[in-house]
Amino acid sequence: MTALADVTPDAPGAPEQPRRPPADVAHLLTELRRQLDSDRVRNGAGELSLYRHDASMIEGAAAAICFPRTRNEVQACVRAAVRHGIPFVARGSGTGLAGGATPPTGSLVIVTTKMNQVRSIDVPGRRAWVEPGVLNLDLSRHTAEHGLHFAPDPSSQQTCSIGGNVANNSGGPHCLAEGVTASHVLAVEVVLPDGSVTVLGGEDPEPDGYDLRGVFVGSEGMFGIATAICVRLTPDPPAVCTMLIDFADVEDGAATVSAIIAAGIVPAALEMMDQLCLRAVEAYLQADLPVHAAAALLVEVVGLPNGVDAASDQIVEIAEAHGAGGLRIAADDAERALLWKGRKSAFGAIARIKPNYYLHDTVVPRRVLPAVLAQVYEIAARHDLLVLNVFHAGDGNLHPILLFDVREPGVMTRVHAAGEEIVRASVDAGGVLTGEHGIGLEKRDLMPLLFSDVDLAAQAALRDAFDPAGSSNPGKVLPSAAACGDAQRVPDGAWI
Amino acid sequence: MDLTDFADEVGARDPVTITGSGTRGGAVEGIRAVRPPAGVDWIEPAEMTVCCGAGTAVAELDELLLAHGQAVAIPPSGTVGGALAVGRSGVRRLGHGPVRDTLLQARYVSAAGEVVKAGGPTVKNVSGFDLCRLLVGSRGTLGFLGEVILRTRPRVRYEQWFAGAIDPGEVVARLYRPVSILWDGTTTWVLLEGDERDIAAQVESLPLTPVGGPPPLPTGGRWSIPTSAYTELCGEFVVEIGVGVVHHCDPAPSRPLDPGVVELHRRIKANFDPTGRLNPGLDVLASADRRRRRRQGAPVANAVGAPSA
Repeated sequence: MTALADVTPDAPGAPEQPRRPPADVAHLLTELRRQLDSDRVRNGAGELSLYRHDASMIEGAAAAICFPRTRNEVQACVRAAVRHGIPFVARGSGTGLAGGATPPTGSLVIVTTKMNQVRSIDVPGRRAWVEPGVLNLDLSRHTAEHGLHFAPDPSSQQTCSIGGNVANNSGGPHCLAEGVTASHVLAVEVVLPDGSVTVLGGEDPEPDGYDLRGVFVGSEGMFGIATAICVRLTPDPPAVCTMLIDFADVEDGAATVSAIIAAGIVPAALEMMDQLCLRAVEAYLQADLPVHAAAALLVEVVGLPNGVDAASDQIVEIAEAHGAGGLRIAADDAERALLWKGRKSAFGAIARIKPNYYLHDTVVPRRVLPAVLAQVYEIAARHDLLVLNVFHAGDGNLHPILLFDVREPGVMTRVHAAGEEIVRASVDAGGVLTGEHGIGLEKRDLMPLLFSDVDLAAQAALRDAFDPAGSSNPGKVLPSAAACGDAQRVPDGAWI
Repeated sequence: MDLTDFADEVGARDPVTITGSGTRGGAVEGIRAVRPPAGVDWIEPAEMTVCCGAGTAVAELDELLLAHGQAVAIPPSGTVGGALAVGRSGVRRLGHGPVRDTLLQARYVSAAGEVVKAGGPTVKNVSGFDLCRLLVGSRGTLGFLGEVILRTRPRVRYEQWFAGAIDPGEVVARLYRPVSILWDGTTTWVLLEGDERDIAAQVESLPLTPVGGPPPLPTGGRWSIPTSAYTELCGEFVVEIGVGVVHHCDPAPSRPLDPGVVELHRRIKANFDPTGRLNPGLDVLASADRRRRRRQGAPVANAVGAPSA
């Protein structure tokens, strides 16, 4: 999922520009090539260009890229970087949207995609040890024969990695009932920023001491690099009901969301798509979506058959009481898969409207969803931008997508201004900066909207305990005043 | 009492300890003790969140949430702050999740006597590092919880305990997501919740009969083992299958500590409480059983090394 696909890889076989690295980088490269096969240590101009950002549009400049296959190789990379005074950043599939994996200037990018083995599955114990490069959906495919799956399911699940999920504490539609990644990680084997190896958490439920596993999840690569992860697996439900309910008014849809939760029902997923999204997806998929509705809710209830029936009936009643129009219930797995494909392929579908998009991620209390959505439309209109909403309504997690054509002069200024207003509106409404994409560089300098200097100093104290030298992904998450060791200018392209 | 008063009471110098109702071990003896604010500030049923003082009794919170058909997944007894500071879940952890997943936002008083906010008020939030996870289970060694926002859950409409002579592995394999599975080496207890007809259908072909509740739990020690290791247990015990908590007649065997983990603990404690004034002498890396023996007078090596009062 690339928001702004302005990176063009070199054509195969194209000669790379000769490059003369500074002395410390040259020494690092020599040392890394001794430790890893030399073809897994790269610093060609084309490759450096490929890795200069993640799926965000915020660019950095790496000095070198390496592709370790084992924990020992990750450790060797970290030790070499530390020895040569070079910062490093771990990178999975690069689907992050907040610049979390954008390389700090002159850094070593440690790519974990070649560490992609599911090491073991304990079926009765419902857990698995996986390497960080395993793709999210591949893990669930791998465990499907045992009737188990990995619950967090970001929309990028076909391409995002478990290591990235851990770094960002990723969510997804099914985290409404099941909780985000932190609830599904039992232990993490990590290479700490000083190059030592340890295991945080454990396969047992109450490891002694502080919940280091819990603080590592979501630390955006600043506490070290995960080299193996013990995940909790969730049993597949015996019964599933997937419904698409449409509304003539966005506000009625949003009010239905609150009413469902207030009635004591926590569906497995509760998603909303607005009209522009429905139309874009319909043009792309021809799934017979309600394109004349202002919005539709995609609701999924799972469990045992009678419980699922009772909850589904109650949801339909609540929706009808809130002025619902059409109701479509997936008749079989194929139709269910189609409805979910519509939800998860929204980002591809919108390319038919505009060539570029900027995806936002904030959370607001459910009760203010209607008001904040109205503000989002108003902000976009004022900046003369198209906005499309497809989001995790059940947990108040908004994903406004601003559509634009980057070739239009001056458009980025408007996109950035509108984005910042959306974040501020969400925080003003009692919400938070990000629900699942992370802070990274994108929202780093907005952290003071949510936290005081004292609050930020406490977060910096935790960072300092894991990485006193500030070498692991420096410059992210904490605004520079809070992060004494981490100084990095926010690169051009960030909208903050 | 509001948070500012609480922060003033904690102050910025000299050793200080925090106390709730003393059901989970109580304060460090012999030094000045403070109590956090108590009382429920607000309940937002449609957000499934509640805000209360850390000194609020769990029973009081539960009573107030009952009116909204909701509950919090923290074990009964004592105060909310005590339950979070100790971080131990009840026997329904398998179905309702661990205590650590309930804390969304905390305002705590730091060693410098300042009110610090951790986390945020929404059920989903990845804004910054997760200090809430650090605080749960930290036993007041990094900061004193003052006011918390917790995630609630819908209260169960129908539940039933069952028991029978059935292999717990078979229960795991055949029943869909029980809320609790307990096993004492002979008998298996299962708690199911949801639709009554579904529950009847689930247990139909299994040797399980309805019972009034779970068995009494041995209180000699609380062990933590990998979920699959329960088959190796002996002695008098009740193990939480699928979780790995063992309620045993004997104290938990001591476990080796990874030096890397010990060092991280030392640095975290040093950064959050440089003078070691918060709950001095309390070592979170000593197992609870060893802590208890120490309170009774036996010397125990201090792994984290906060200076004693």
